[in-house]
Amino acid sequence: MSFINYVINGVSLGSIYAIIALGYTMVYGIARMLNFAHGDVIMVGAFTVFFGVSMQGFNPFVAVLLSIAVCITLGITIEFIAYRPLRGAASSLVVLITAIGVSYFLQNLALLIFGANPKSFTSMVPLNPIRLAGGQIVISGETIVTILSCLIIMISLTAFIKKTKPGQAMLAVSEDKGAAQLMGINVNGTITLTFAIGSGLAAVAGILLCSAYPSLSPYTGSMPGIKAFIAAVFGGIGSIPGALIGGILLGVIEILGRAYISSQLADVIVFMVLIFVLLVKPTGILGRKLQEKV
Amino acid sequence: MDKIPKIWRDNLITYGMVIAIYAVMQILISFGLVSRLMQGLLVPLCIYVILAISLNLTVGILGELSLGHAGFMCLGAFAGAFFSKITVEAITFSPLRFFLAIVIGAVVAGFFGFLIGMPVLRFRGDYLAIVTLAFGEIIKNVINALFVGLDDRGFHFSLSDRASLGLYEDGEVIINGAQGIIGTPQDSNFTVGIVLVLLTLFIVQNLIRSRDGRAIMSIRDNLIASESIGIHVTKYKLMAFSISAALAGVAGVLYSHNLNNVVASPRAFGYNMSIMILVFVVLGGIGNIRGSMIAAVVLTLLPEMMRGLDRYRMLIYAIVLIVMMLFNWSPQILAWREQHSIKDLIGRVRGRSRV
Repeated sequence: MSFINYVINGVSLGSIYAIIALGYTMVYGIARMLNFAHGDVIMVGAFTVFFGVSMQGFNPFVAVLLSIAVCITLGITIEFIAYRPLRGAASSLVVLITAIGVSYFLQNLALLIFGANPKSFTSMVPLNPIRLAGGQIVISGETIVTILSCLIIMISLTAFIKKTKPGQAMLAVSEDKGAAQLMGINVNGTITLTFAIGSGLAAVAGILLCSAYPSLSPYTGSMPGIKAFIAAVFGGIGSIPGALIGGILLGVIEILGRAYISSQLADVIVFMVLIFVLLVKPTGILGRKLQEKV
Repeated sequence: MDKIPKIWRDNLITYGMVIAIYAVMQILISFGLVSRLMQGLLVPLCIYVILAISLNLTVGILGELSLGHAGFMCLGAFAGAFFSKITVEAITFSPLRFFLAIVIGAVVAGFFGFLIGMPVLRFRGDYLAIVTLAFGEIIKNVINALFVGLDDRGFHFSLSDRASLGLYEDGEVIINGAQGIIGTPQDSNFTVGIVLVLLTLFIVQNLIRSRDGRAIMSIRDNLIASESIGIHVTKYKLMAFSISAALAGVAGVLYSHNLNNVVASPRAFGYNMSIMILVFVVLGGIGNIRGSMIAAVVLTLLPEMMRGLDRYRMLIYAIVLIVMMLFNWSPQILAWREQHSIKDLIGRVRGRSRV
């Protein structure tokens, strides 16, 4: 029975990775950049809720909305100040380094405001745990909310991209920027929209992450950020269902590895599986094969 | 001066710069003008410069992105320290022992570079970046969980804890899990560091100017074209990547022999360290060896210079980094700089504008 519990926990953690991975995957698909500051946007989202609820006594629902708004604004601002001027720079590495600069900036800003000591985060989920099979399987309220929000986000995002004009514009920009511009698509606006969606999702992920693992520090976002990036690669970078599959697989492997093999080596197992997957299928599980042209 | 080819002159300037800095520092130290803090920074500076040069070989010359350079450094550090620790009594002549440790560190790191590169470098795209990122984390975590002991019966290995090594009473724990290796001989010093910097420079600059180096750069510039003229792409990619890894290993040996104990901490060998080295390379100019050396020195000294700013220094560091990247690479800013360059201004004043 503990096995089933571990799997459920794994799916829950994986759902959080999947939501974060969406931000990576969408930005990579459209702007061809690894946004290494994404993990720190998660941290900002969680700190905003912490600030609202624990320090100012806001209603949790208001605090969550505020946090999403703050992260969306932050995402748009970062894109405008740090990434947009570098579009068309000689090397794609440049914007990666700038993203790292932004990441340092956010971490140190949080360090200045909130200090280095981990804060205990009050869970935003008011549900009681559900017990199944005579109390042997316990599903916490956080798990239910996490998995449900992940599903809702995936479905609505897929619908958004498939059915709406801005969604179609995103697809077009990710295929070919130049051609999209000729078709009258506002490329810069579309990229801004992508950053806004990704950052809003990061806020949600941050709140869910800190509700399930209630410790919050300026570095909270960095490791889940890297793991989510790995999840995005795992599922095939640029693919939304890929982010879901990659995230959940990663979460389950991590939790099972921690439970049955070694808690210290759990990350090692995750990374080994990643290397193995990439060697067998270099584009990730759902990735498309790109034909190289001369 | 005109008789010497430009390439040679360029290389000689770089060597001269290193030697001049060494001489100036030695003079300042002998007059007691260098603070203790600064003296403590000299060996780390050499380490970062070596790392920057070696990563520039992968990123700038080969054109592949590596996000796990600290992993190779970690391997070198532990391989070298392991060797020194077990031979500290057998080889009493410390320069020889340190030399052997460096060779071992380089070989181990280079071998792992070869091992990782062999499958990964066949692919095109950002795979090396992701796999090296994963590799760096694997190395750090495995070493943190690794216990190695030595007694009369030989070596004992364990991945769980110290007790499961099953050592005899007289046995000694060499790698003690998360505590790392304690009691490495402190063989590193500024002179050795500078010698290793010069050696790294010599290896990399000669590689770049050799036939092999030109093959490597042709792969960077156009993979398909270089393949079509018969260049063995995987072989040359592997060559550059393994040499780069081996040199990172050398930096690692220098690192582990500068301290009394080495710990595979995230700060020293984690992903952030790999990124830090990448920042040196990109800020200094991708493919520009001298630039990356200067960037390594400036960015290491910058936070130390700003100690007075205390809590704000890392925040300012981040802002400086972003602004420098924008200033050096943004197409609009570059165009603006082109129009308002000092050379141009002087030219205009002299009445022979270059535009």
